[in-house]
Amino acid sequence: MRRGSGIAALLSLAALIAAGCGGGGSESGRATLNLWVFNEPSGSFTDAAKRCSAASGGRYKIVYNKLSNNADQQRQSLVRRLAAKDDSIDIMGMDVIWTAEFAEAKWIKAWPERFARQLRAGTLKGPLATATYQGRIYAAPANTNTQLLWYRKDLVKNPASTWDGLIAQASRLPKAGRIEIQGAQYEGVVVWFNSLVQSAGGTIVANNKVTPGPAWSKAAQVMHQLATSKAADPSLSVIKEDQARLAFEQGNAAFELNYPFIYPSAKEGNPKIFKEIGWKPYPGVEEGKPGKAPIGGINWGVGAYTKHPNEAFEAAACLRNEPNQREAAAAGGLPPTLAKIYDDPKFKKDYPFADLIRESVDKGAVRPPTPAYADVSLAIAKTVSPPSSIKVNGFVGDLSGKLNDALDSKGLI
Amino acid sequence: MSDVAVEAPARPRRKVLTGRAKAERKLGWTLCAPAAIVMLLVTAYPIAYAIYLSLLRADLRFPDDRTWVGLTNYITVLSSKLWWLDVGHTALITVVSVALELVLGMLLALVMHRAIFGRGLIRTSALIPYGIVTVVAAFAWRFAWSSAEGGFVPKLLGFDFDPTATTEGFWNYVVVILTEVWKTTPFMALLLLAGLTLVPEELHEAAKVDGASAWQRFWRITVPLMKPAILVALLFRTLDAFRIFDSVFIISNGNNPNVESVSVLGYNELLNRLNLGVGSAISVLIFLCVAFIAFLFVKGFGTSLSQQRGD
Repeated sequence: MRRGSGIAALLSLAALIAAGCGGGGSESGRATLNLWVFNEPSGSFTDAAKRCSAASGGRYKIVYNKLSNNADQQRQSLVRRLAAKDDSIDIMGMDVIWTAEFAEAKWIKAWPERFARQLRAGTLKGPLATATYQGRIYAAPANTNTQLLWYRKDLVKNPASTWDGLIAQASRLPKAGRIEIQGAQYEGVVVWFNSLVQSAGGTIVANNKVTPGPAWSKAAQVMHQLATSKAADPSLSVIKEDQARLAFEQGNAAFELNYPFIYPSAKEGNPKIFKEIGWKPYPGVEEGKPGKAPIGGINWGVGAYTKHPNEAFEAAACLRNEPNQREAAAAGGLPPTLAKIYDDPKFKKDYPFADLIRESVDKGAVRPPTPAYADVSLAIAKTVSPPSSIKVNGFVGDLSGKLNDALDSKGLI
Repeated sequence: MSDVAVEAPARPRRKVLTGRAKAERKLGWTLCAPAAIVMLLVTAYPIAYAIYLSLLRADLRFPDDRTWVGLTNYITVLSSKLWWLDVGHTALITVVSVALELVLGMLLALVMHRAIFGRGLIRTSALIPYGIVTVVAAFAWRFAWSSAEGGFVPKLLGFDFDPTATTEGFWNYVVVILTEVWKTTPFMALLLLAGLTLVPEELHEAAKVDGASAWQRFWRITVPLMKPAILVALLFRTLDAFRIFDSVFIISNGNNPNVESVSVLGYNELLNRLNLGVGSAISVLIFLCVAFIAFLFVKGFGTSLSQQRGD
């Protein structure tokens, strides 16, 4: 008797726990869609989720689950759940570099043609490429991002258009001549390397094959040259986007390669410097050959194990519609992926560098689409950071060996 | 040998168990069973599963390619330069930090033991670093030492470089080891204090009467009598230090090839590359290293125990 009641209590406890864990159910015909994306500080994702839920006419309700602001941690949180076939991941904000990996592992659904057609219309080329894998659309470009060359108009009249020129210019400045860029051993340094390689006319990985070439050594040479010049920040090997922003905002640098979020930040952080901020396209490696700026941003993917695929596709498309992208750009500083927003005069006023961003996104350097991107990225980061210790001789052989291992998911990285 | 001797008379006794004894034995097993099952579930199962995974090509990104590869993953790890570099980093951090902790912990334990005034206050304040979450402590040390993040230490020491920059290998170790020492010396001191209280005061008094100096009394009386406590403290700390992850991870801001420990390597393979096979092989190898260290210590510990018994 007593034992029986104990077991009953245990069972009911288990039932309670199971009930508490089961998200993503539908209550009275209304689908609950779980949206997983980083914590967007301006609240534009929260607003978009509310607007889309209201516009669905009671068919679905989007619940915004906030992930970390660190891209590696976002990926880890999502991947752990996806590998366990978690059906509570309906829509997720995917960094542009995850598309191939998630698609190959069958963690996201390819977009059905009727939705994909909508996405292609009016979307910038660069962001669309990041959402495509083996000719199929796997995600909806939500916002894009790119780096510009930011400089201090009071210190530099006419910034050079190549890396060599910039380094020379910065080294000549008496103080505060630094070039701030991301040199720490993480994705940011891979972004830099990839842009240099593509600016020099090469690629890192194409069609899942490593493509070594002279562009690689040129890129390594530029990174090493900057790191060992007077223009380098002594902390270069630990600098990420935010440390670069801080150094520039505090007046410790004349140049900075970074995303546009630094502009609204400087407005609040240091109005004096803010007035002196100028911008130019991402520098190239050769005179007369424009540089290829990095492309970042996020895409909305639909989880492979969702119970409400149709509603999820619809909601993901809604989350990136014009009004929602407009708010994300205005409030959150996230550059839109829809071409027509860039033509709007009001947008241009808030975003004085809008034309330049559109141009660099259109011609930007997409990072290699490969399912083993995480390995590729780790291998590159470990080879090019700290940039001052790059061994320019033998660099190409060293990196291609590591990348070949990475693509075969072999070896330790 | 002695086991057999005990077994023999035990056997007939088992036959004459009364009903009551039988019931009690059954009850004993029933009471133990939940704990035993939980232990099996939470420790034996994951360990066995990790060993199983380490023999597969198991990559979460290529779920269809899961195949049996035998010891290939172990060969990959053991033939990789990176693994041995990381074992070296880990061993260096372990040896230096545990040695410093032993010396400082002993001093702290002596102070706590001998203090006449404010004993409670000294003991409490000495334990504060141990009470702070490791991640929080590591952040505090990183912010203090990192020039890029406005730390005060480089300014104070007049450095024109960033001690946390990955180009400054030596200083990376200084920061990591200081953090470890600061954080875990109190733990060491606590274990040593327990040993100190075991040393009878009369021996000290007798030695004093015989004209032994404080230094002689420490080395000839305190240390030999404390040996078991010292070994236990060293064992615990070495095992902990070899698995160092959080402070290295935080201080190196995710990744720093100079101070990468074996645990960070395992984390990268498992959680970034999602390569469960190789990652599990690393975990199993770390487990074997830890088991080997424990074996070394327990052997040493055993001999010292028998020596004491012989006295």
